[in-house]
Parts: sequence; structure tokens; C-alpha cells
Amino acid sequence: MEVLIILVPLALSLGFVGLLGFLWSLKSGQYDDLDGAAWRAIADDEPVSDHRGSK
Amino acid sequence: MHADIDFSHYLKNTGAGLVHLDLAVEGINCAGCMAKIERNLSNIPDVTSARVNLTDSRLALEWKAGTLEPALFVSRLAELGYKAYPFERDDAETLEAQRAQGLLRRLGVAAFAAMNVMMLSIPVWSGNVSDMLPEQRDFFHWLSALIVLPAAAYSAQPFFSSALSALRARGVNMDVPISIGIVLALATSVIETINHAEHAYFDAAIMLIAFLLAGRYLDQNMRRRTRAFAGNLAALKAETATKFISPTEIRTVPAAAIRPGDIVLLRPGERCAVDGNVIEGRSEVDQSLITGETLPAMVTPGSAVFAGTLVRSGTLRVRASAASGGTLLDEISRLLDHALQARSRYLRLAERASRLYAPVVHATALLTMLGWLAYGASFHDSIVTAIAVLIITCPCALGLAIPAVQTVASGALFGSGVLLNAGDAIERVAEIDRVILDKTGTLTLPELDVANLAEIPDDVVRLAGRLALSSRHPVAAAVARYAGAASPLPDIQEEPGQGVHGLHEGRPIRLGRPSFCGADDLANEILCRDPEASVVAFSHGDSRYAFAVRQRLRPDAAEVVAGLARMGVAVEIVSGDREPAVRLAAEQLGVHEWRAGVSPVDKIARLEELARQGCKVLMVGDGLNDAPALAAAHASMSPVTATHLSRAVADAVFLGERLAPVLAEVKVSRRALRLMRQNLWLAVIYNVLAVPIAIAGLVTPLIAAAAMSGSSIIVMLNALRARAREAV
Repeated sequence: MEVLIILVPLALSLGFVGLLGFLWSLKSGQYDDLDGAAWRAIADDEPVSDHRGSK
Repeated sequence: MHADIDFSHYLKNTGAGLVHLDLAVEGINCAGCMAKIERNLSNIPDVTSARVNLTDSRLALEWKAGTLEPALFVSRLAELGYKAYPFERDDAETLEAQRAQGLLRRLGVAAFAAMNVMMLSIPVWSGNVSDMLPEQRDFFHWLSALIVLPAAAYSAQPFFSSALSALRARGVNMDVPISIGIVLALATSVIETINHAEHAYFDAAIMLIAFLLAGRYLDQNMRRRTRAFAGNLAALKAETATKFISPTEIRTVPAAAIRPGDIVLLRPGERCAVDGNVIEGRSEVDQSLITGETLPAMVTPGSAVFAGTLVRSGTLRVRASAASGGTLLDEISRLLDHALQARSRYLRLAERASRLYAPVVHATALLTMLGWLAYGASFHDSIVTAIAVLIITCPCALGLAIPAVQTVASGALFGSGVLLNAGDAIERVAEIDRVILDKTGTLTLPELDVANLAEIPDDVVRLAGRLALSSRHPVAAAVARYAGAASPLPDIQEEPGQGVHGLHEGRPIRLGRPSFCGADDLANEILCRDPEASVVAFSHGDSRYAFAVRQRLRPDAAEVVAGLARMGVAVEIVSGDREPAVRLAAEQLGVHEWRAGVSPVDKIARLEELARQGCKVLMVGDGLNDAPALAAAHASMSPVTATHLSRAVADAVFLGERLAPVLAEVKVSRRALRLMRQNLWLAVIYNVLAVPIAIAGLVTPLIAAAAMSGSSIIVMLNALRARAREAV
């Protein structure tokens, strides 16, 4: 059962990292436009490459 | 026209040399629009970011300060086929958005804690039937406590604070049993863990919090979305005012930028955007949006004018005022305060349910404990069983039962052109048995209509329409609109207060007052037939014609009145307009009960009289004079063209030219209320099944977790049935 000494902190820290990730995504406004995000996922890459081209 | 608006009010400096502008954009409805707009605008040099928010139909722009004119974006969007208007989030919307985000953050914390605790609970559950060492179980329990206690302390705060404020006001709300359940579950679990006992309820407690927060978030998100849409509507109206920035210099600014004391110029055909007092000029004004009266009134220096007043003949200078000295507005705000207090006494379905629920649940828990004690169980075991009863009855499904239906039903209403202002509006609209309709602007369209178009030859109408384009008078504008005129005639002069005149094909041409065109006889003929009409006369050489311009009923008004009657809802017209106009509208619609010339006080008196008779009234109105009645009625609706105040106090706002959304609102609300009641019964059935197991002392944490999520999922699935859209 010594394995718990490694596994438990590992599990907790993974959970904590997940939570931090969620809080970061919330803070950066990723839940402000749920309808738009659904479409962005399947949109063509064109707008992105256009944007890069203009820079 | 919006290109000459002064944008400086809306520009925000983000620091780092960037300027930020938010635009509300009309017509974004698909991913294609989103990609097109973003691609086009981000290709403009010096634009650092252009991002569309599809949910709210908004566009956020950022560019390097001093490089670009904001009007450029508006015109670029116009080229792409979208109308865009600058907007500013109002305080109410910012608050709703912050609350929604706060709830989502708490939901995230609770959900992550629940997931991690579940990972620790499953070994304990399976270990209890196999061969887990008590020390290992205790270790897992302590780990769960380590995760759950801080997470619960943070994420359950909305319930705790709402329960506390209810208790301070010596009342009970849904959050009281929830908070008691959560606190007891956590406290028992800690004590049980210290005592090396077999069962701890950390997982159930945090899961409960997560489910309930999901319900709250749905509710809040619906409100946030409605506010955002209402904000867009305000921006799309693009209310502007012409302000004197020095005694001689004027500038067009957004209405929001006008401060009390500013002097505003009003020209014929303009709608006043502020409340204030006339300091210079005389004019006929159309106050129909404010008083419901369709006949124009005369204002002179010293008269009060209100936002929504349409200036018809002369030019006015108005000093904007915050607290207007106008008796009408004072009276209306007094009535409004009174009416809003009455409404806050309405008890929501959820509150009524929780008033019954809390005592029953707490009595059951107490009886369980006493019963076990009497039966001879130890004090410790009796208390643990009683707490298990509290945990299993914790109103998880109850907390979701109503917000889930509200969210789904408000989505369906959104599709039918109805925006809900208040979360409990659905419940109240579902209960109504009588509709009171205002006439002007509610049953009729806000814009004027030419009534006798059929009697006038087409070519005359077209010519008159082209001439009318040179006038700003609203009656002339109606003629121009109905003639479909696009190209104004050349060399036309305007005679203030009289009309427009010029030469066409070598003959003099005139449009304006009947006396200005020598057509008094024609005008009198029309006024005899239809005393409500405004007459605008047209002469070309020797031929004379008169146009009867009046307000027109909404195209489907009669259908909707009949539809309401079929649903067993009585319909009544109560209007501030004069009797002949109201009688005519009532006859056309087949409404038998109507009242004319009703003041705001009398409107409320009528509502109170009906309330005493036990009627639940849906008030539909748009004018400033309707605002107190809208607030006093059991439920209320406003068209989107209503005055700001009326839209703010109404439970729901409907869009478009048609009245059908009123019917859809009643239908959808009734179905939603049925589903809410069903959901509450489902929650009761779940309790009836689960509570005996808890009383018997057989509830393990596994059963608690399964029962809780099972009942929540059933309630959610049932709520989805509210989605069937109303065919309108």
C-alpha cells in the first residue's frame, strides 16, 4: 500500500490542475459565446491563415 | 445616418495604445456571418482583434489608437450587409453577467471536487463488501474531507447567504432545507470519520451542491441572455439627440451621453430622446407613445416633454432634466413604486413548494430519530439515521425542477419572438384568465398608415410620395413610405408648419396642410367619415387630393383576440385615447369590453377591481401611461417599440409587427407550468420511494448518490419536453 503515497498526491494534483485549467478558461472568456464556439470548432482554417497573412 | 454619430462616448482605451469598441450587429445568425465579418475586419491594417459573439450578436473590435475612424467599421459592415450600432453594457446587464460567471466558477469547483471524491468513494463502496482495512477506509474518508470541505465552503455560498437572509427576514425559502442538509451531511461525515465509522456522505453533499448550482446557473444564464438581447435592442434603436455644445454649435450624440441641464434641439419629425422642458419654440407634438392620445398636442416654452414624444411641426429647444417637473412623470413614478411593491409579494411556485417541503422534511427527520430512540437504538445511531433522511430528502430534484423548465421554455419563447424579463413570468402568465390590451401602439402599429390609398390614382400617390420625401413631418413620411418613393423631386422648398412646395412639369406642386393646398373641402369630407385621421393634402396644378393618415391595427390582432377567447381568456381594451377611436378598434376586433379616456390611475383602479373579483390579468401595453398598470398587473407584456420604462417593468417584451407572440406566450407558459408541476410531483414520488429506505436506516452513501443523480436526470429530461415550439 506504499504506492498510495505516490498515487494519492498524484491524483489530487491532477484534479487540481484540471480545476486550474477550468478556472483559466472561464477567466479568458471561453464560456461567453457558447453558440459561436460550437461553430468555430468546425469552421475552415481560412480566417486564421488570412489573419497571419495580413500581419 | 448613424455614420455621423459621435463615437467618443463608446470608445474605451484598453491601455497599451489600443482602443476598444463594442458594436451590436443586426443580422448575425450563422457561423458564415461570423467568419465573413471577422475575416473582413481583421484584414483592415492596424486592427488587432475583431471577434464576433454569436450568442449575443455582438462584435468586439480593438485597434491601434489614433489610426482609424470608428465610423469606418460601421460602413464596412454595411457593405457586408449588416447594420451595426455602438452600444454600452448597462449596469443591470453587467451585474447579470457577473452573477452568471460567479455561479459557473462555483459550479466548476463543485464539479471537480465531486469527480475527485467519487474516485475515492468507489474504492470505499466496493471495499466495504470485500476486504478493505478500516485504516485504509479512514484514510480515504479523510482525503475526501480534505477535498470536499473547502470546495463546499466556497461553492455553496449562494445557498448559505440566501438561506441566512431568508431566516433574518423570519421566512423560509428553498435554500434553508438545502443549507441545513448540506451542513448536517458534512458535519456528520466529519464526526463519523473521526469515530472510524463505515459511512461518510462527503460525495453526496458535494454532488448535491453541483446539481443545485447547475440549476441556478441555467436560471441565471437565461436572465443574462435576455438582458444582452434587450441591450442590443436599445442599441439598434440608435437613440441620438442633437445637443448644443455651445450656444450656436450642435452635434449629434448618443442619447446616453445627454446629462441633465444639456440643451437639445428637436426638429420636426424627430422623436425626443430625453425628458425635459421646452425653453424655446412652439410645436405640435404627438404624445401617443406617452399618453395613448392620438390627437397632437401643442407645446410652448415651459411645457414638459418626455422621451418618446414626436415633434410634428415646429423646432424646439429642450433643457434635459433628470427629475422632470412634469406632473405626469412624477405621478407615474409614484404609481410605479407602489405597484412594484405589490408584485414582490407574489410567491413563486418554488417558494410555495419549499414552504410545504421544509417543515414536512424536518418533522420526518425528527420523528425518525425519536422513533429509533423509542425502539431502543443508541443515541448515535438514531441521529445518523435522522441525518440520512435529511440528506436523501435534500431537494436536489426540487432545485432543478423549475429552473430547467424555465430555461427550456424561455428558449422556445425566444423562437416565437418573446423575451422574458423576469424568471417567474412564465408561472404568472400561465395563470391568467383575462387580457387587458392598450390600444395605441399595442393593438395598433406604432407607425402611421395611409388609409385611403385605394381612392387615389397610383401615379398621384407616387408623385406625392416623391414630394413627401422632402418633408420631415411624420404624416408626410407615412405617405412617402406607402408610395414606396425613393427619389425626391428637385428644387422643393419647405414652408415651416405648412408643407412643401415646388414646380413639377411646369405646374406648381404642393403637399401639406389642407389649407396650404386649398383642399379644405376634401379634408372635411375625410374627417367626417373618420375623425381619428390626420389629413395631408396634395395639389398638382388644379388637381387636388387628400390622404387620410391614421394608425393601423396590427395585421393579426383580430386572430389573436379570437385565439385568446378560444383558450378561455377574456379580452378587454383599456386605452387612454378618446372614445370614438377606441370604439372603432373594439368593433373591428370583436371585443365587447372596452374603456376609453382612461388615466394611469384609473387603469390601476380597473386592475385592482378585477383582482378583487379574483381575475388574474395579463396587461399588454406600451405607453408611459401604461407603465404603472404593467407593474401592477398579475403579468405584463410590452411591444419592443414601447417606452423605455414600460419595457423595463414588463415581464416580457415581444418583437415584430404581429401580436401573435402574446398568444404564444400564454400557450407556452401554460404548458411550462404543467411541466413544472409534473416535475415537482416527480420529486415528491422520488421522496416517497426513498424516504422509507432512509427511515429504515438502510441508506448507504452509494444509495444516496444514485438516488440523487437519478432523480435529477429524470426531472431534466421531463423539462426538455417544454421545447416543442409553438406554431405561430
